[in-house]
Amino acid sequence: MTANPSQNINANVNITKQATGSQALLDGLIHEGVKTIFGYPGGAIMPVYDALYDYGDQLEHILVRHEQGAIHAAQGFARVSGKTGVVFATSGPGATNLVTGLADAMIDSTPVVCITGQVFAHLLGTDAFQETDVINITTPVTKWSYQVTNAEEIPHVLAKAFHIANTGRPGPVVIDITKNAQLQLFDYEGYHKCFHIRSYKPKPDVRTSYIAEAVAIINEAKRPFVIFGQGVILGNAEQEFRAFIEKGNFPAAWTILGMGAIPTDHPLSVGMLGMHGNYGPNLLTNECDVLIAVGMRFDDRVTGRLDKYAKQAKIIHLDIDPAEIDKNVKTTVAVWGDCKETLPLLTQLVQKNENQDWLQKFNECTIKETEKVIFPEQNPDSEILTMAEVLRCINEITQGEAIIVSDVGQHQMVACRYAKLNQTRSNVTSGGLGTMGFALPAAIGAKYGAPDRQVIAIIGDGGFQMTLQELGTIMQANVNVKIIILNNQFLGMVRQWQELFHHNRYSFVNITSPDYVKLASAYRIDAKKVEQRAELKSTLEEILAHDNPFLLEVMVGKENNVFPMVPQGRGVSEIILSKEEL
Amino acid sequence: MKQEYTITVYTENQIGLINKLAIIFTRRKINIESLNTSPSEVEGIHRFTIVINETEDVVRKLSRQIEKLLDVLKVDYNTDDEIIWQEMALYKVSAEVITEKVKVERLLREQGARAVVIRKDYIIFECTGQREEINNLIKILEPYGLLEFVRSARIAIIKKSDGFHNKVKEFEYKVPSETLVENEFLDQNESVFSM
Ligand SMILES: Cc1ncc(C[n+]2csc(CCOP(=O)(O)OP(=O)(O)O)c2C)c(N)n1
Ligand SMILES: [Mg+2]
Repeated sequence: MTANPSQNINANVNITKQATGSQALLDGLIHEGVKTIFGYPGGAIMPVYDALYDYGDQLEHILVRHEQGAIHAAQGFARVSGKTGVVFATSGPGATNLVTGLADAMIDSTPVVCITGQVFAHLLGTDAFQETDVINITTPVTKWSYQVTNAEEIPHVLAKAFHIANTGRPGPVVIDITKNAQLQLFDYEGYHKCFHIRSYKPKPDVRTSYIAEAVAIINEAKRPFVIFGQGVILGNAEQEFRAFIEKGNFPAAWTILGMGAIPTDHPLSVGMLGMHGNYGPNLLTNECDVLIAVGMRFDDRVTGRLDKYAKQAKIIHLDIDPAEIDKNVKTTVAVWGDCKETLPLLTQLVQKNENQDWLQKFNECTIKETEKVIFPEQNPDSEILTMAEVLRCINEITQGEAIIVSDVGQHQMVACRYAKLNQTRSNVTSGGLGTMGFALPAAIGAKYGAPDRQVIAIIGDGGFQMTLQELGTIMQANVNVKIIILNNQFLGMVRQWQELFHHNRYSFVNITSPDYVKLASAYRIDAKKVEQRAELKSTLEEILAHDNPFLLEVMVGKENNVFPMVPQGRGVSEIILSKEEL
Repeated sequence: MKQEYTITVYTENQIGLINKLAIIFTRRKINIESLNTSPSEVEGIHRFTIVINETEDVVRKLSRQIEKLLDVLKVDYNTDDEIIWQEMALYKVSAEVITEKVKVERLLREQGARAVVIRKDYIIFECTGQREEINNLIKILEPYGLLEFVRSARIAIIKKSDGFHNKVKEFEYKVPSETLVENEFLDQNESVFSM
């Protein structure tokens, strides 16, 4: 038998094959290790969905009920897994529905790649049906965005997008692909991951000079205090961070997004910073002599009034993003770099320390806060249920092993104050943007990102009604998440401000709810409502052991407030434990 | 203290970059006094020269935000005494007046202006210099019937001797920039079925 000469030629040189832009896109996603896509189809992205039809065995597509749900789900996925979340949406309204999620991912440094369909290239700028200027709408809320009008660009633009989204300080990327490029056949030479972009430096080089300067200051400190943010988690530097604080015996407090980087009950973990954080970390920020900030950005919710913030302290700031250095708080020494690299260098050189008296001060604060706030909130005298006791019960059942996804408002502050977390990447919440409606879709994504873990979404009655249509997604894909609505019949956080700062003038914060149990049952999701303390713990036990998604509505006190609080415009050490101190 | 700063930005030649740069200023309500963009000496690399009036603290923060943009290669900022800078201006003046008054001719020459177009009805002068010199010439010409005036953005070169050329050349050696793929579809106007 004679060999087929043309076959030989193929085997030797021809790895190029014809593919459409859409096929190249999906092939690229597979090469990037993507398994799950959250999306919603439409006219301008139909060729991609058509190609997806043939990739069912390799790519799982979760059909959401609104594109905002898709991107929040992708964020939830990314936050618990560390992988890049992927979103598909159509042009025009599909793309504009992503904007809130992009802004959220941008400010919370979450890696997401959004693929949006766009009208045919020759129609750009003609006000064609469902044409919007997606790149210009999304530019301020993306780490990078790019419009593809020719299929040949797809492989390298996609590779660039994944590299940018999940290196350095992560963030969202939008790739807008015109319909002609999705349809276009071209010679596809295979997918090559991107590892370098000459105009992009994911992390600054570490210089030993500032390590030495920082160590000199830290080793002189009498009252060192470490504050840490999500940078520790994003940098996968949890172990390095722990080694650092353990060697120096430094008390360490978290920002809302740093929560869980070390177990919340770690002996050196002294609680949460910020407006509704713990008493000690806020108060003692203004008593430490050296403040070591790791992977956090001195948000105003953390610092309170800047001119009353840690004025007495020398400040050491470890950050990967040079734009964060000196942005809000002037540093004494800036340790630029990836904290996974810089922390071990510091750990090596810092002295072992006891800091007993100083740690004791945090302890005293905790005792005071427990007595005045934590214990009474978690074990209330009155018959009315509190949010904090729901969290106590959850902790008793999960023992800190669950992922807690929270929405925005009082219940969020309570969840982040009281939840016990043993593992990193267990706290999913909208920190920088404070996006109500985040939790339900984010919980869906979190379940896909960590299928073996219990995912509990804690949501207010207001926020739940912003994205409740995602119950449809949960129903259709049978996503095993536990939804706990803490119903105080108010837009509670706003009501609290109106009570404290606007003379009890309750202006449009009274919100009514549908019958959530009926609503859930309409979506064929099991549900219960709890109003009595006697039923609370047993019902929680029941739903957390349940094999399927479950919705639990808990009626809690209508006009309870979250304390402690650093009132806006005040310094962190002016933190108050009750309304009377205002 | 607020003063004039010239920010020099080297970028990839990417569509949309001017907007990405501009919104860094507009978001913070900072006025751009002057903005010039042009190809640099290296193919595929653009140079922006931006003038703003701000404190050094603000300028430093802005520069870091600019440097953070993808597609931005390098950012530097300088005060006026650290740079050599020039603007160019064109002045259109009625020919009648000028030819009548020889004095004007002499004044213009003293200011370093030269005529670039001479017509029966008007003459166009060009002057290159700093803000004050150019403003000065407006004052001189106004009484003689200035018909039209336009000023270019500032261009500036940094005094310190090492300069940018080698730095920019270095970028060229690191993986050449991806040139934009030519797109036949953009020019195609026949109707295509679209949903
Ligand atoms: C999309 C959006 N709109 C408005 C706000 C302002 N806001 C912050 S908290 C809050 C109230 C939230 O009410 P609810 O969800 O019931 O939670 P609660 O505070 O009662 O626990 C509002 C309206 C916001 N954060 N996000
Ligand atoms: Mg509420």
